[in-house]
Amino acid sequence: MKLARDTWLVFQRQLLLMWRTPIWIAVGVIQPIFYLLLFAPLLKQVLAPMGATTYAETYQIYVPGLLAVLCIFGGLYTGFSLLGELKAGIIERARVTPVSRLALLLGRALRETVALLVQAVIITIIALPFGLRVGPLNLLLAFLLMGLLALMTSAISYGIALVLPADEAMAPVVNTLAQPIALLSGVLLPLALAPMWLQSMAKWNPFYWAVEGMRALFSGHVGDSAVWQGLLVVAVMTTAAVYWSARLFSTRVR
Amino acid sequence: MIETKGLSKSYPSKKRGQPPVDAVRGIDLDVAPGEIFGFLGPNGAGKTTTLRMLATLIRPDGGEARIAGADLFADPAEVRRRIGYVAQGGGTTDAVTAREELVMQARLHGTGKAEALRRADEALQAFELTEFADRPCRTYSGGQRRRVDIALGVIHSPKVLFLDEPTVGLDPASRGHVWTEIRRLRDEGMTVVVTTHYLDEADALCDRVSIVDHGGIVAEGTPETLKREISGDVVLIGLGAGEAERAAKALREQPGLPELHRLELRDEDGLRLYLDDGAAAVPHLLRALDGAGVTTGTVQLQRPSLDDVFLARTGRSIEQS
Repeated sequence: MKLARDTWLVFQRQLLLMWRTPIWIAVGVIQPIFYLLLFAPLLKQVLAPMGATTYAETYQIYVPGLLAVLCIFGGLYTGFSLLGELKAGIIERARVTPVSRLALLLGRALRETVALLVQAVIITIIALPFGLRVGPLNLLLAFLLMGLLALMTSAISYGIALVLPADEAMAPVVNTLAQPIALLSGVLLPLALAPMWLQSMAKWNPFYWAVEGMRALFSGHVGDSAVWQGLLVVAVMTTAAVYWSARLFSTRVR
Repeated sequence: MIETKGLSKSYPSKKRGQPPVDAVRGIDLDVAPGEIFGFLGPNGAGKTTTLRMLATLIRPDGGEARIAGADLFADPAEVRRRIGYVAQGGGTTDAVTAREELVMQARLHGTGKAEALRRADEALQAFELTEFADRPCRTYSGGQRRRVDIALGVIHSPKVLFLDEPTVGLDPASRGHVWTEIRRLRDEGMTVVVTTHYLDEADALCDRVSIVDHGGIVAEGTPETLKREISGDVVLIGLGAGEAERAAKALREQPGLPELHRLELRDEDGLRLYLDDGAAAVPHLLRALDGAGVTTGTVQLQRPSLDDVFLARTGRSIEQS
């Protein structure tokens, strides 16, 4: 009860801050739109071996990957805002109150999750004119998967911000982490096109399972085993990430 | 209100293979209710670490502490309910107004919405912030921001308030304003603990002072009693470079001079003398130095300050460390 109340408090404040600098939402949406308009059309030929013969089918494969990239990069970069709050003493001020430590993390991570979901909705709507069609239940499940993914990457990012000894280390660390994660989950092109060794490597990447699950949902195969596998893997990873990060929020001193 | 025994904290050394660095080594405190208690010391003396331990932000390595009746080790959550803490840098968000910050802070302490609004209103009035309460914090002057910081620290009416270097970087007028607010809180019954490296702040603001150096307490008492330990007046004599040793020798060996309680070399080019009735002694001192062929520069006569207490205990001056 107290956790829910405290989380809501922190979330509300974070949302207010985002509302006062809405530019970030716009920046977050613009890049994916470029990919959607300027890159995705190339894929029709490339994806033909996978049975994608129309633009609609191409976008069904490409859009889930794009949304996953949004979560991976958007989420992992959110720790930068925490660096500012740490420096300004805002986290410290909160830590001297009885507020729940988990709420300090969850309120922020959920703000980021909501922001990323808003961006995902916008991108999905923009993809509709290109022929993207998804059933409402499938879309809901896909957004659930995406929300968990965003929660996980945000929690990891806050954890990194708390662990790093110097602020300057944040950008290189996050980049080095995000690149292989994104590539090894087949966000640009499905890993079904990859050689065997790359595919078996990707199986160790939880984000690969998430992307597979989202692709199955966007293609209308809600019963596909990739869906529950993706949800399970992401749910477990998200719990672990939140646990790790929340512990840092209560112990780490900066 | 605050009792500690042997409170200590060390950090692993930055260099490999070196022993840990003792930031705070065994601090004993007994702070009475309703007093302004100060930690005075140079930067790096362990003041902030001590304050952060008492405010539950750092877990001490050893010792015991009770704050406002709650045990720091066994029940830090209860300690948090009873204390307020204002860090050196404050902690306000640029894009948010003072009122919004105050309401949020009250709510973080578990207050309901209506009550939080009421308390924020009260705090804005008490700290004379009403005028710009609804402007974003980024527009405030240093002094205004500091008052918001303190208002945030006491929004839940804590028994004890910790302030880390409350007037660093403020102009004299804002500084006076902050002192007034701190005294008001004390007069309302709050116990206030401040850290400072300003001698005049410790002297003018604090009811009792602990002088700290290298993580330990070197002297404790009211500013008056501490200064009384240093008997007599302080005479500062400026000299040519490298003349200090020779001048000291001349004053020690010259017969018929007023009795010196103590004599300290001030770097290479000055002397600090402690003696009774300094004003009457100055001509004798100058004559003696002149007789020994030492050229003197400026001469100052002072009442002993807390820096003289620090110097007597540690052999260094706070202002120079």
